[in-house]
Amino acid sequence: MSDTEHNQIRDAIQKAIDEHEVILFMKGTPEAPACGFSARTVAALQALQAEFAAVDILPDPRIRQELSTISQWPTIPQLFVKGELVGGCDIVVEMYESGELAQALGLEHDSASAPEPPAGEPQPLARGLTQVENRLG
Amino acid sequence: MPNAEEIKQRIEAAIPGAKAEVEDWTGGGDHFRATVTAPVFQGRSRIAQHKLVYEVFGQEIGGRIHALSLKTRSPQ
Repeated sequence: MSDTEHNQIRDAIQKAIDEHEVILFMKGTPEAPACGFSARTVAALQALQAEFAAVDILPDPRIRQELSTISQWPTIPQLFVKGELVGGCDIVVEMYESGELAQALGLEHDSASAPEPPAGEPQPLARGLTQVENRLG
Repeated sequence: MPNAEEIKQRIEAAIPGAKAEVEDWTGGGDHFRATVTAPVFQGRSRIAQHKLVYEVFGQEIGGRIHALSLKTRSPQ
């Protein structure tokens, strides 16, 4: 792998971050998340009816490598808003529950009618996935 | 295979004054969930707080430790 190729991937990722106000790097797609953490992050965004771009990092391992170099964040998913890393699954779900995510996304958030959070107390990943699939269904 | 006690001890050893509660989320020894309280988190963003914990494990996150789910808090 040449440095040039790595730089091209890094530039493409940076361009995607710059060009999309809300962009999620995830495993799989919003319709078919390939990991419970990505699924819960998508569910939080969809619960707020947020519009977001999504990039599946699985097809090419270099995407994840270069993304983590840019963000200095080791895990997937990663949510960027206005060019800034907001967080991974834990932070996004915590911000969703507190209403901060709606604020960060510039969306109205009526706490009285807020839907159930995508993930509550500690529970096996599989159950979290089932919840998300129900939500998507 | 990492275990919850090892992860707890490493966090507490690396971050001054940190208290960590760690559980093996799936029982499989690779998905962990930790709640970490440390004075150094005071005044830092969540991103910065989580990065401090991830830095304890470096390349092990995503490798040997497939996932470390975090909640971070400043002491009251």
